[in-house]
Amino acid sequence: MKSALLRYSPLLLLALLWEGSARLGLVSALALPPLTEVARSWATLFREGDLWSNAAASLYRGGVGLLLAVVFGGTLGILMAWWRPVDALLSPLVEVFYPLPKSALIPITALWLGFGDGSKILLIFLGCMLPVTLGAFNGARGTDQVLVWSARSMGASRLRTLWDVVLPSALPELLNGTRTALALAFVLLVSSELIVARSGLGYLIGFLGAGGTYDAMFAVVLTVAFLGFVADRIYQRIVDRVLQWRE
Amino acid sequence: MSGASQIVIDRVSHVYRPPRGREVLALDNVSLEVRGREFVALLGPSGCGKSTLLYLIGGFMPMEQGAISVDGRPIAGPGPDRGIVFQHFALFPWKTVRENVLYGLEKLGLARQEREQRARHYIDMVGLHGFEESYPSQLSGGMKQRAAIARTLAIDPQILLMDEPFGALDAQTRSLMQSELLGIWGRSPKTVIFVTHDVQEAVYLAQRVVVMSARPGRVKAIVEVNIDRGNPAVFKSKSFIDKVDEIWSLVRAEALKAQQGRGE
Repeated sequence: MKSALLRYSPLLLLALLWEGSARLGLVSALALPPLTEVARSWATLFREGDLWSNAAASLYRGGVGLLLAVVFGGTLGILMAWWRPVDALLSPLVEVFYPLPKSALIPITALWLGFGDGSKILLIFLGCMLPVTLGAFNGARGTDQVLVWSARSMGASRLRTLWDVVLPSALPELLNGTRTALALAFVLLVSSELIVARSGLGYLIGFLGAGGTYDAMFAVVLTVAFLGFVADRIYQRIVDRVLQWRE
Repeated sequence: MSGASQIVIDRVSHVYRPPRGREVLALDNVSLEVRGREFVALLGPSGCGKSTLLYLIGGFMPMEQGAISVDGRPIAGPGPDRGIVFQHFALFPWKTVRENVLYGLEKLGLARQEREQRARHYIDMVGLHGFEESYPSQLSGGMKQRAAIARTLAIDPQILLMDEPFGALDAQTRSLMQSELLGIWGRSPKTVIFVTHDVQEAVYLAQRVVVMSARPGRVKAIVEVNIDRGNPAVFKSKSFIDKVDEIWSLVRAEALKAQQGRGE
C-alpha cells in the first residue's frame, strides 16, 4: 500500500503543476481550467446522476462488445490453428483486416445499426476481435503435441482435446490479446460516442465541450482515464489468478 | 517363459518426414512379439526409430506399412489400454498433481468417490503425498516424472509404454526411479515396453533387450537377460556386467554409425 502511494506520487506532482499553472495564469483558464474547478464539476455531475447514467451506457456497450470479441475471436483463433481449411479460408481475411484502423468503421456501423447501443457493440466487437484471434491462434499453434497425445491415450476424443488441451495451452497468449482488445475497446467506445451517440461518456465529453463547460469536460475525460486504468488493473488481477499455474 | 504374444509387430516400416530436410527411413521392416506381462527394452542410439515404434504402438501416428496388433486386434488410434509415460513428463501444466491424475479417471467414467480414492492411492504410491495441490512448475524433475507415472498407472493400463522416462533425471533420481519401477511392475505385472539408450538401464530393468540399428531402424539383436534383481549388489555381479558388455558391443557399432550419419 505504502509503495503504491510512493509509486503514484508523480501524479500528485502533475496535479500540483496543473493547479499552479492554471491559477497563476501561465495558461488560459479556458484551455486548462484549474484542477479544483474540474473536481467541483465532477462532484456536480456525480450528484446529478449524469456521470452515472452515461458511464453505465458506455460500460454496457464496451462490456458486451468485448465479451463477444473474446468468445468469437478466441474460438476462431483456435479453430484456425487446429483445422487447416479454416486457416486457409480465414487467414487472408485476418491479414487484410488487421491493419485497418477500426475507427474507420464508425460511420459504417452507424449506417447499419443507427445511433444506439447496437452500432457501438458491433464496432467494438469487430474492432477488438482480431487481437484476440491472433493471440488464440499463436497460443493454440504452440500446443505441445505430447500433451495432446497424453490426453488421447487417457481416452479423450480428438474434438475433446480442443477443450481439454488446446484451449488451456492457448490461454496465456489469448489473454494477452484480450488485454490489447480491452485498451482498444476504450478507444473505439469513446471515439464512436463522440461522433454518433446520444449517451455515453464520449457523448458527454463532446456535449460539454460544445457547450463550453470545459471544467466539466475535463472531469469526464479524467473519469474515462481512471476507468481505463481500473479496468486494466482488474483484468491483470484476474489473469494472474487464472494463470497461477505458470512458473 | 511361456504365454501367447500380446503385442505383435509385423513388418512395420515408417518414413519420418521432417517439415524441412530429407525424408528418413525411421523403421525398416521391424517385426517383434511381446508376451503379456513381459518387460521389454527397446535400446538403440538416437535416430534408430525406437520412439517412433513406441508411438506407433500407442496409436499416435498413422501406420504406413506393416501392422501392429494388441490381443489380436489391429491398433486403431490411442486408447487407455496402452498408457504412456513421456521423457518430458507431459503433465498438464495448468492442472495440479491431483487434477492431472484425476484426468484419466474422469475419462474412464468412474464415480467421484472412486476417482478421488484411486488418485490418492497412486499419488501416495509414487511418494507424492503432500504435493497433491502443487502445480508441475513447482515440482522437481523427479517429482514431475513420479506424478506422470502415477497418472498413467491410475488408469490401470494393461500395457505401459515408456519413452526414455528417466532420461531427463539426474543419476541418483534415475536409479531410485528404476528400482521403484521394478517394484511397481512386480506388484502389478503389466506388459512394459521401455525405450532407452542407456545399456545399464536396459539390462537392469528388462527381461529382453531389443537392440536396434540406426538409420534405417531395424532389429539388430534380441538379448535375453536373466539376472538376480533382488540382489542389492546386482550392478557388481558378474552376470550383470557380462550382459552389459555383450549388449554394449552390439550397440557400439550402431552408435558410431549414427554419429557418422549425423556428420555427413
